[in-house]
Amino acid sequence: MSRRVLAIAAAALVAAFLLAAPFGFKPYGVFILSTWAVMSIAAIGLNLTLGYAGQISLAQAAFVGIGAYVTAWLTTRGWPFWSTYLIGATACFAIGWLLGYPALRVQHHYLAFVTLAFTTLVYLAFRNEEWLTGGIYGITNIPRPSVLGLSTEPGRVYYYFCLAHLALVSAAAWWLIRSPWGRAFVAVRENPVRALSLGVDTRRYTLMAFALGAGLGGISGALYAPLVQYIDPSPFALGLSLNLLLMVVVGGSGYFLGPYVGAIVAVLLPEWLRFTEGYYLMAYAVLVIALMVVCPAGLLGLVERVLKPRSKAVASDR
Amino acid sequence: MSSVLEVRGLEKHFGGIVAVAGVSFEVRAGEILGIIGPNGSGKSTLFNCILGQLAPSAGDVHLDGHAVTGMRPCDLNRLGVSRTFQLLQIFPQLTVRENLILAGQEHRGTMLSRLFGPRDAGLTARADEMLGFFRLEKLADELAGGLSYGQQKLLDAAMAFMAGPRLVLLDEPAGGVNLTMLASLRDRLKAINAEMGATFVVIEHNMEFVMALCHRILVLAEGRIIAQGDPASVRRDPKVIEAYLGG
Repeated sequence: MSRRVLAIAAAALVAAFLLAAPFGFKPYGVFILSTWAVMSIAAIGLNLTLGYAGQISLAQAAFVGIGAYVTAWLTTRGWPFWSTYLIGATACFAIGWLLGYPALRVQHHYLAFVTLAFTTLVYLAFRNEEWLTGGIYGITNIPRPSVLGLSTEPGRVYYYFCLAHLALVSAAAWWLIRSPWGRAFVAVRENPVRALSLGVDTRRYTLMAFALGAGLGGISGALYAPLVQYIDPSPFALGLSLNLLLMVVVGGSGYFLGPYVGAIVAVLLPEWLRFTEGYYLMAYAVLVIALMVVCPAGLLGLVERVLKPRSKAVASDR
Repeated sequence: MSSVLEVRGLEKHFGGIVAVAGVSFEVRAGEILGIIGPNGSGKSTLFNCILGQLAPSAGDVHLDGHAVTGMRPCDLNRLGVSRTFQLLQIFPQLTVRENLILAGQEHRGTMLSRLFGPRDAGLTARADEMLGFFRLEKLADELAGGLSYGQQKLLDAAMAFMAGPRLVLLDEPAGGVNLTMLASLRDRLKAINAEMGATFVVIEHNMEFVMALCHRILVLAEGRIIAQGDPASVRRDPKVIEAYLGG
């Protein structure tokens, strides 16, 4: 069997599992799977910014938060979901573009600090601007949308709603990465000076990488708010940014499938480790440390190393 | 012959240090101009000022009679000015062919049309043509990072020619290249100059290479032009000998 057939078979298997899963899980399990789908979207965004374009960002939690708050605030005031979804994603795209400007001046850990400050700032705004965000009391009774007259109120239906979004976002990301943009992103990551001398407008691509990543963060947030139906500032603190960074790095930064695998590790693995009771976070931490020591390129880097020792893969293809 | 590039009174100061102290010259269409000079004579700084990587402290740069002083490198590149760097600059995680496609893709269409257009931006044939020209066709699908140094050096040069530039500035193309590869590189450059009508400016330390390649040579010392002319006369110029041997 050729590699292509294998890949298609594997994809079909995963799709079948994801489609059938709600029938085999209790409501809590369905909720966790929905969370996985939503977080995967945010991680795909961060993978574009960090994995492909090489711009570190600790701001992804802020964009998930902005998307969630915009959706929560507007839908509880009677706005239709789709309008709030578009407003949230567009707002994040625009703010992400602006946040990209510091990346044109500073890189690496300095950029990490700039984006970290942004996350903290946004978190403080969520917590302190009570008149707008409800402060620590948050926003309650966030409705789930109806699609073509069908309410997504039941957990299973909302899971499919999230899954459909994940599928659409995945298709768009796949297209983007394989387009000349994906190649330009990799060029900005690998050698911005040469890229610039070859006509690549590195400024514009850097800003675009930030904006697209942020926009996907916003979409993730817009799905997150109706999923949990109650939001307060705490999930959007720095911890989530670090968690999303963990998803990208553990999954395999710059690999197309990295964010999905990373989100499994960050969202599902802690749940599966619950049987260890008090020790589960410790076990989780040890696993992550071990992985990073053995294979800094993440789980997909490990897979690639095992499958093809001498890789011929195209960076923007993987 | 008309001039492609014209540099007038170019200066570059770094604090109190004067790296380029008022350099003026022109490059005629179709010629290969060599710039030589001892280390620290301002050759690379001059390149960087011409190409927008550094902002000159004074003076202007004209391309086909239009002022391009301080223009961003990417915009200048899209006007047909290309360059290589002193140190090897490729994209190791892209394949050899992808390196070349990248070098041409930004010259076609708009950013939006590139997103929705074909994945190779319609450049596979052109990339393969360049690969053939530089004798790299067997390596097309290898990751560029896996090539030998000499092969990477050829790829590095091929990328500079991918978009069919009119003017190419080469910063020490022969640096670190072995003798066999050197001859091949010189032949390729001469062939491109003849066949594609591309104009070159070459910075080089390797005298043999530069004398065999260039039509005309400028000699830079301490940020100034101290001599210029055809290779044979420059070689005999006492000022040049003094600058190289010290005095």
